[in-house]
Amino acid sequence: MRYLPKSDAERKSMLREIGASSIDDLFASIPGEYRLARDLDIPRQMGESEIVDFFKNAAAQNANGYASFLGAGAYRHYRPVVIDALVQRGEFLTSYTPYQPEITQGTLQAIFEFQTMICELTGMEIANASMYDGSTGAAEAVMMAVRVTGRSSALVAKTVHPEYREVLATYAQHQNIDKQVLSYGEDGRVDLKALDANLTDQTACVLVQSPNFFGVVEDIPAIAEIAHKKGALLIVSIAEAISLGAVRPPREADIVSMEAQSFGVALSYGGPYCGVIAAKEKYLRQMPGRLAGQTVDKDGTRGFVLTLSTREQHIRREKATSNICTNQALVALMATIFMSVYGKEGIRELALQNLAKAQYASQALSQNGAKLLFAASPRFHEFVLVTDEPADAINARLLDDKIIGGLSLQRFYPELGNASLWCATELTTREQIDQTAKLLAGSHSTQPTLVHA
Amino acid sequence: MATTPETTEQGSAFTGNRQKVAAHLTQNEPLLFEKSSPGKRGYRLPLLDVPAADAAKLLGDAARTEAPELPELSEIEIIRHFTRLSTWNYAIDLGMYPLGSCTMKYNPRVNEFVSRLEGIAEAHPYQPESLSQGALQVLHTLEKALIEITGMDTITLQPAAGAHGEFTGILLTRAYHESKGNPRRKVLIPDSAHGTNPATAAVCGYQVENLRSNQHGMVDIDQLAKQVDDQTAALMLTNPSTIGVFEAEIHKIADVLHSKGALLYMDGANMNALCGKTRPGDFGVDVMHLNLHKTFSTPHGGGGPGSGPVACKKILEPFLPTPVVRENVDGTLRLDYDRPHSVGRVRMFYGNFGMFVRALAYILANGPDGLRQTTEDAVLNANYIRKKLEGYYELPYKTPSMHEVVFSDKKQQARGIKTGDIAKRLIDYGFHPYTVSFPLIVPGALMIEPTESESKEELDLFIDAMQQIAREVEENPLLVLQAPHATRVKRMDETTAARKPILRWKGAPSREPLTVDTAAKEW
Repeated sequence: MRYLPKSDAERKSMLREIGASSIDDLFASIPGEYRLARDLDIPRQMGESEIVDFFKNAAAQNANGYASFLGAGAYRHYRPVVIDALVQRGEFLTSYTPYQPEITQGTLQAIFEFQTMICELTGMEIANASMYDGSTGAAEAVMMAVRVTGRSSALVAKTVHPEYREVLATYAQHQNIDKQVLSYGEDGRVDLKALDANLTDQTACVLVQSPNFFGVVEDIPAIAEIAHKKGALLIVSIAEAISLGAVRPPREADIVSMEAQSFGVALSYGGPYCGVIAAKEKYLRQMPGRLAGQTVDKDGTRGFVLTLSTREQHIRREKATSNICTNQALVALMATIFMSVYGKEGIRELALQNLAKAQYASQALSQNGAKLLFAASPRFHEFVLVTDEPADAINARLLDDKIIGGLSLQRFYPELGNASLWCATELTTREQIDQTAKLLAGSHSTQPTLVHA
Repeated sequence: MATTPETTEQGSAFTGNRQKVAAHLTQNEPLLFEKSSPGKRGYRLPLLDVPAADAAKLLGDAARTEAPELPELSEIEIIRHFTRLSTWNYAIDLGMYPLGSCTMKYNPRVNEFVSRLEGIAEAHPYQPESLSQGALQVLHTLEKALIEITGMDTITLQPAAGAHGEFTGILLTRAYHESKGNPRRKVLIPDSAHGTNPATAAVCGYQVENLRSNQHGMVDIDQLAKQVDDQTAALMLTNPSTIGVFEAEIHKIADVLHSKGALLYMDGANMNALCGKTRPGDFGVDVMHLNLHKTFSTPHGGGGPGSGPVACKKILEPFLPTPVVRENVDGTLRLDYDRPHSVGRVRMFYGNFGMFVRALAYILANGPDGLRQTTEDAVLNANYIRKKLEGYYELPYKTPSMHEVVFSDKKQQARGIKTGDIAKRLIDYGFHPYTVSFPLIVPGALMIEPTESESKEELDLFIDAMQQIAREVEENPLLVLQAPHATRVKRMDETTAARKPILRWKGAPSREPLTVDTAAKEW
């Protein structure tokens, strides 16, 4: 076994030194009846080339070489190659959580830089070292708001990513958090009247997403004003981090929960991604997750440590702010490098390219039959199309031309009829958009063909 | 130089020979923000092939007017910045990382390679199932392997880390009891448990009841029998325990719980001591989580990402998170969302898929014989260390060790030296510290887990270092108390960090001179 650095002779000599006659002596505490007397029924040991072939074969059975208009919480952006070159350095890849600051200053300084850049982007005062992802981060943010306010109900916009809402429901169910859904208006934004009407003095927080699941930018100042009037906190969830290059940061929010996958993290069929919670400084003690802080060593040299761990499970046990332990450090490092590569100007330029592509695509694809929904609302790089035919039928046909169309909203928003959610990024080419527009227009008059899933 | 005896203020006092390391220069590096200057760029976007967007027109009031203060740097500066930072870290790739409970084993590079294959890395979670068969096959193959390894009936891969797996497992437990008409009130947790266990039970709405360990550091069966009642939802048990000992009476523990309708939850943090040798499903466990970043070699990455699949018995199957992977009659795979009794979703999409790829690559590289040998070597290494150090450090529990061994600092405390000091001195010898002060049932614990990835040579160097430190404690305690001496930074002022938190860079770029390099200094 090539990962095991021992010869049989060494094993024998070590056993001799221990005073064991065989390796089984060391497993004697396992009752005989439970000892496995056979080989595990799993695939046989493979050579490295066989392993690579196995995964190449799997990769070949996924989509390859398709143009894609999918977004919906997982975004296709260019990932600068320096990111992978750097995160594959063993000193980052194979290091543990930096509990020993003397020999983990590299990870700690990078976390401190991550926290700083997240604050800059979101307009918040503090940010943690990362959460699992945007969905669990949003749920943790709601729990945080409940702790801060001592109130127990949450108003959740229906325009928050449906899977985020499902995760929140799972988290909230045993914590006596009463969850109410906040509807959206004709413009695809949170219905401000409904918000005002549903807020009570027991509302801990209002959770919205912006840009929301439809790609529409919410009116954060207006929502904040209404929420704050009743003493509720405003939590803004951001699923598309790159939007912050062009969209004003949600400064009026109390807590921001962001998914940073767009910052150089591979789609990887849904994970690992990188959540992060940012907030106003006054809520620091209720913040879940790890935090890196600046300090000095005994000689006065600047350095960084994990700090305020009295909030965390390994100290507080059942009284901790969260049970979170491992987070997404290496993915947060990818995001940190990404933000360094683009920097102050690049993040704006990149966001504007996304805006331009989506603007072009939304116009091109909504001619000849498809209707652009929420057309008058400000959008970032996603938009909803309503078609005569079900989106699944159209998408099935587009596959013949190696195009993956927008996500059918049938499962999540049946009330919208034949609606689908489309996304364009800097990687979407005009040629792909034009070709898709042509196919959509052509398909309008043909009969639906066989739908395959 | 490495073999030259070092001198201190104590003059002739004993100072160990550091065989593994020599002093070596590292580069200073300020914060990114302190290096930034306007106009520098590390990117070049493709030519825009559509009309440019007017943000003010498209977004109106929602347009961003002030740019975020992100650093402005060129590519070479970014490469140097992070490369320099990386050299300040200790890592498995540099040497033994004996953190008990954390299982710092080798992270194979082929795992990284296959997770980056284009069809895998670029797979969108919502791409059609017909174009995701490869991804679903990875999920399905890993599920089958983990079910066989644990001896359980079914599994979910969705949880993002170990603690998230615990959360999922206790939710399943709760749903099961609810289906019987009563969610029950409390969860029993031994005093030796990981801190995540009580935190998890609390998040799931349970009261935590502490279960005291017996004099061997194991579950006290009589005490358990007294505490288990019809309001007990589960016992959360780590097996082997956090002192590295197999609960020999595990079947009795399971019987006591089952007789009252309670479930046995196993924290699978230490599954690397069991893999291929015994199966939790066979010895009475109802539900457990695995840490793919421990037993199955996915990298810790400085604190994540992890992955915490939850395996369970058939009775819990209806409650698994949505969706689950199912096989169609034609052999293709699909995601099944139609699960009316599910506890719901614990994470968006399907979990940390990239970690599944790595864990499966590891399982394929091992096969049944490799996994068994891996477990045996891990246990062999821990026992070898125990044998060689038991004369130097107090062994509070004499029960047989499996993959890790826990000593205490009782002998060294007499000289005013604590486990944390010994740990810091170990850094000077070129090793990462062991786990300090855990488990809580051992005052002043030194929790050592070598894993299977260490050669006899590396183990001997570690043992030699620990033995020399024990002598330094006797003859030169100040040297140990002030350790580490050879690192870039000395012991950090953690009190001030917590009292006056500075959690982000603020203000104008610092133009202070760089700090003196302390790393190269002999002491």
